[in-house]
Amino acid sequence: MLSIKNLHASIEGTPILRGINLEVKAGEVHAIMGPNGSGKSTLASVLAGREEYEVTEGEVLFQGKELLELSPEDRAREGVFLAFQYPIEIPGVSTTNFLRTALNQVREYRGLEPLDAVKFLSLMKEKMALVEIDQKLLSRSLNEGFSGGEKKRNEIFQMAMLEPVLSILDETDSGLDIDALRIVSNGVNKLKSENTATIVVTHYQRLLDYIVPDFVHVLYKGRIVKSGTKELALELEEKGYDWIKEEVDSTATV
Amino acid sequence: MSTLTKSTFVSGLFEALPNTFPSLRQMGKENFYVQGFPSLKDEEYKFTPIAKKLETSLTNFSSANPVIISAEQINKAVPAGFEGVVLAFSNGKYLPELSTSVEGLTVNFLSKNESTPIGSIAKAENDPFIALNQATFTDGLCISIEKKKEITLPILLLQFHQAKEGQVISPRIWIEAGDFAKASFIDYSISLDDAPYFVNKVVEIKGGIHTDLTYHSLQEENNQVIQVNALVTDIQQDSQFTSTQITLSGDLVRNNLTLNLLGSNAVGNMFGIYLLNGKTHVDNHTNVDHTFPHAESNELYKGILADQSRGVFNGKIFVRQAAQKTNAFQQNNNILLSEDAIINTKPQLEIWADDVKCSHGCTVGQLDEEALFYLQARGIDKTTARGLLLYAFAGEVLEKIELESLRTFITTKIQERLGSKF
Repeated sequence: MLSIKNLHASIEGTPILRGINLEVKAGEVHAIMGPNGSGKSTLASVLAGREEYEVTEGEVLFQGKELLELSPEDRAREGVFLAFQYPIEIPGVSTTNFLRTALNQVREYRGLEPLDAVKFLSLMKEKMALVEIDQKLLSRSLNEGFSGGEKKRNEIFQMAMLEPVLSILDETDSGLDIDALRIVSNGVNKLKSENTATIVVTHYQRLLDYIVPDFVHVLYKGRIVKSGTKELALELEEKGYDWIKEEVDSTATV
Repeated sequence: MSTLTKSTFVSGLFEALPNTFPSLRQMGKENFYVQGFPSLKDEEYKFTPIAKKLETSLTNFSSANPVIISAEQINKAVPAGFEGVVLAFSNGKYLPELSTSVEGLTVNFLSKNESTPIGSIAKAENDPFIALNQATFTDGLCISIEKKKEITLPILLLQFHQAKEGQVISPRIWIEAGDFAKASFIDYSISLDDAPYFVNKVVEIKGGIHTDLTYHSLQEENNQVIQVNALVTDIQQDSQFTSTQITLSGDLVRNNLTLNLLGSNAVGNMFGIYLLNGKTHVDNHTNVDHTFPHAESNELYKGILADQSRGVFNGKIFVRQAAQKTNAFQQNNNILLSEDAIINTKPQLEIWADDVKCSHGCTVGQLDEEALFYLQARGIDKTTARGLLLYAFAGEVLEKIELESLRTFITTKIQERLGSKF
């Protein structure tokens, strides 16, 4: 489904990603872990199409299409969803209002009829239950005055509404208490299917108790330096990242 | 004085003045010549080169005659879903045969009602444009709301303008509302073609005690039009007055809004949106004068400026020594969409009382790129996303418009202009 080959990206001339290779197949959950500043969030942002990052080398194929050639909105319409690490607050725009616009633009791109207000509302009700989010919250200005947990639940709610093929969760666990973590993870798990894939970007293993990965990759200095199964995450939890850093830095100096 | 010589190019306007209000017109003329057109050295017109603009844009400095307006033109101009009273005007002249009425509302030509104390609120000695209007207005309308009458239907003042030779249009309106009266006005000016002209309008509003008056002004004239609009109102105790000023086009537009709070518990609200593109220049000067204790003023103006447009906002709040316990709030926010757009914004507070709550703030920014990306990342195209964000920015002012049909009408216009519907 997703094939990243030798991806290099920089911001304002500073290289952040220095050759990422990753294959993600339908039905899989991949966790991207790594110390702060290793490039995890950059990878998520580049995939979603954030303009500040310049891709200097490499290619990304998503369901056979050159993902990097597409505008951010077309990536979303093709089925890429980024759950933001820091969801944006937009005064004056309600979740309900903007999401209806978004969903209908996505549907139009996919050759589907737009949803009328009634159908949209009933779909919303169904998806709201998944992340235990209140309708009142959704009719308020987007994320304005929301708690950390409410913002992240809203991200997963939007994901449920847009039914992406590939979901990228960028540090969705940050700013969440245990209850919210459980609710958000449940939502993500219920949305998984054999036709969709998930990339979970996280600093901590904790989230992976709930969203169990098939593969764990460790990112360091802009490259994937180690890949394994969920046991690798447990090892990282126990031993921290230093041993990996040492391993990489020592081979680099040889 | 250079301003004096600068003003001689308008002398044609003073030939063949109507024979109504002779002494008032004479006073207006004298007051105009004493003041002259403001130059750029005048602090109040520092950014708005009105005299130069008039001299270069107008070809014929005489008063424009009314043009014929059809019922069909009226129907076309009235906002969809509008239910209310229509008062039609052609180049400032009231058209009774195309207008409607309602119980409690009386309208009268100023020429038939020379006892109307025009000039008592909008004073010719303080403003050359008011003076010029006072000398030259062709006719005008006196609108009265009966005491204790709450007129629930909005009153639409439909102002058609057309002056093919680049002439001057000088509408004059006097509104008086008896004690405990309530009414809501919409002043909507429309150009009938794309030719330039100069509108120099004066609206005076005299409210009794316990009145509740709202005056919306929607400016959507062609991009060659020069306008100076004065709205001056006396607000008595326990009364509320709200002005909503929406400007969408024009060449050079200057709006002078003056609220005199003349009693305790008087409330003055000033709201505005200017959505500018091309080379449109819009200057909103507001002035609220707190003279009594326990009065309140609220002001919120929002501007979106594209291309080479220019905005000026100057908000003066004057709190006199007697006006203790005043609450005065002012906010002006702007988004610049191009590197060539300019906004000059200035709060001007003069406070002589010591027990007051006054706040002011102005911001100038660009469109939030992070928010734009967020919406795009959900599948919304860039143009729609941009429109959504700008509309949300303006929405805070739109929400203040209580008349639903008007709010919808303006909302649709703004959404069309922002290039998206949602």
